[in-house]
Amino acid sequence: MNDVVTLISAALLVIGSVFALVASIGLLRLPDLYTRMHAASKAGTMGACLMLIALAVQANDVGTMSRALAGVVFFLLTAPVSSHLLAKAAYAVGYRLASISVMDEMKPED
Amino acid sequence: MISVAAIFDSAVTLALAILSLSFLVTIYRIVKGPTLPDRILGLDMLVAIAIGFIAVIGIKTGYTLYVDVAIALGLVGFLATVAFARFVLSRGKTEDDIITEARQAAAAARKAALSAGPDAKARTATAPSSGDNKISGRQDHE
Repeated sequence: MNDVVTLISAALLVIGSVFALVASIGLLRLPDLYTRMHAASKAGTMGACLMLIALAVQANDVGTMSRALAGVVFFLLTAPVSSHLLAKAAYAVGYRLASISVMDEMKPED
Repeated sequence: MISVAAIFDSAVTLALAILSLSFLVTIYRIVKGPTLPDRILGLDMLVAIAIGFIAVIGIKTGYTLYVDVAIALGLVGFLATVAFARFVLSRGKTEDDIITEARQAAAAARKAALSAGPDAKARTATAPSSGDNKISGRQDHE
């Protein structure tokens, strides 16, 4: 039982860090702010949450486990809000989409 | 048969290595990032990676006091991103706008300087204000 928990925690750790790596590669490679945001705010949040869940699985007291899960919930709640706010601000100010974008739903009709 | 402890140790080391790599890649984007929102997004990503680091260190050393630090770091990162978004909104112009303004101001100043000889009186009206624009544009861009 203890071995199974340890193995699950190890797997969650590696998967979470790979998610973080994928998010940062997306941040490096994607062409404009909005697609980079798509990589960073979804895969990055997922990576951090998986690693906190690994800590919660590994912890053997309720206090640590509940704090780690509270961190997960908090992070899941705040990450979409902050990235949506940033994207909205950047679009309102006039940062352009990449030239290879095919559609801009928020473009004002004139 | 490899023992579970060995697998766990190597998983922790691997996770730390991958996290360090993604930290460096994100820092490259922050340094290079052509616009301000790119850098803000990179800082947001750095907070997520730092929370991951804290979780891995908490597992590795069993020193779980750091979980509270992770929660506080998430709060600070959220507030910082919100504040930076408000700043982008209140600045109200993109890097392209700033460069264009600076170029126009520089062109106007050059034109004023070229014609400073014979018909200097006609150009003096535009020259001082464009000079001010140029200075403020430079500062914003830096």
